[in-house]
Amino acid sequence: MQIDGIEIVSRLWLGTAQYPSPAILANSIKAAASDLLTVSLRRESGRDRAGQYFWQFIQDLGVRVLPNTAGCHSAREAITTAEMAREVFGTHWIKLEVIGDHDTLHPDVFGLVEAARELVAQGFTVFPYTTDDLGVADQLLAAGCRILMPWGAPIGSGRGLNNPYGLRSMRLRYPDIPMVIDAGIGLPSHAAQAMEMGFDAVLLNTAVAKAGDPPRMAAAFRDAVIAGYEARCADPMEARDMAAPSTPVFGTAFQ
Amino acid sequence: MFLTHLGPGMKITVNGNPHDISAQNLADLLIELGYSGTVVATAINQSFVPVSRRAQQNLAAGDQIEILAPMQGG
Repeated sequence: MQIDGIEIVSRLWLGTAQYPSPAILANSIKAAASDLLTVSLRRESGRDRAGQYFWQFIQDLGVRVLPNTAGCHSAREAITTAEMAREVFGTHWIKLEVIGDHDTLHPDVFGLVEAARELVAQGFTVFPYTTDDLGVADQLLAAGCRILMPWGAPIGSGRGLNNPYGLRSMRLRYPDIPMVIDAGIGLPSHAAQAMEMGFDAVLLNTAVAKAGDPPRMAAAFRDAVIAGYEARCADPMEARDMAAPSTPVFGTAFQ
Repeated sequence: MFLTHLGPGMKITVNGNPHDISAQNLADLLIELGYSGTVVATAINQSFVPVSRRAQQNLAAGDQIEILAPMQGG
């Protein structure tokens, strides 16, 4: 898929947090064949160089990054964080998160739209972490977003696609807008389901990072995303309520 | 007694922690706090301050400074 004229080959976008070690993270990225990774910004003291080492590690991988505004609870915080991320990571792409609820990490959709409008005006390409609410999606698009990232379920919950009807409606409403399922994916089957529904990619982190064998799970997700995408492209059959014999009935014996 | 020759410091907050600093601008603050050579982004009172403006960005008592570095994220 193309974003801003840049070809993103992989439809599996991967977060970089919570892995047992940098080596396991690197092996997981390789197994996922992902070419877009999410990263973040956090406070760092002058003596603690963890962030410096991490950034060098990511740069050495040679993979494009998508910074996020995780942890921001207002449009103001998210806008400032995005501006800081643009300078540090050297990209105008931003995964915009404005959190509205501590327990569910439900987006604050009002703050999200407000921040998106300002950031688009500043020249950012905004990847909004949103819900399947069509009214919010309309406002995000009106604010200048050219991609939508509805959640499947709350971040880190691993519950899959909580509202397939809503997500399917969203896909149908905006057939030409790139859409990525962001958050809530727990299993490769969830990712395949999202791709079969016509979403353009999935973004996940915890499902791989917290697996017992993260690189193996990353490979499983890679295959599931490819399978779901290929199935979508192959134009699946329509489901029906009643059985339809697949073996020809003509010439059936004993009739 | 050792500190008396340094004069009174300015009280600001850096990444949520109180600091008593002698730097007068943001660029000097980063040096004073040991950030030389690091990749960080800065904000004062929730407003982004780009690298190019740090030396002109004077500090005032009570300023809330954020110094952020790359980090793993989802």
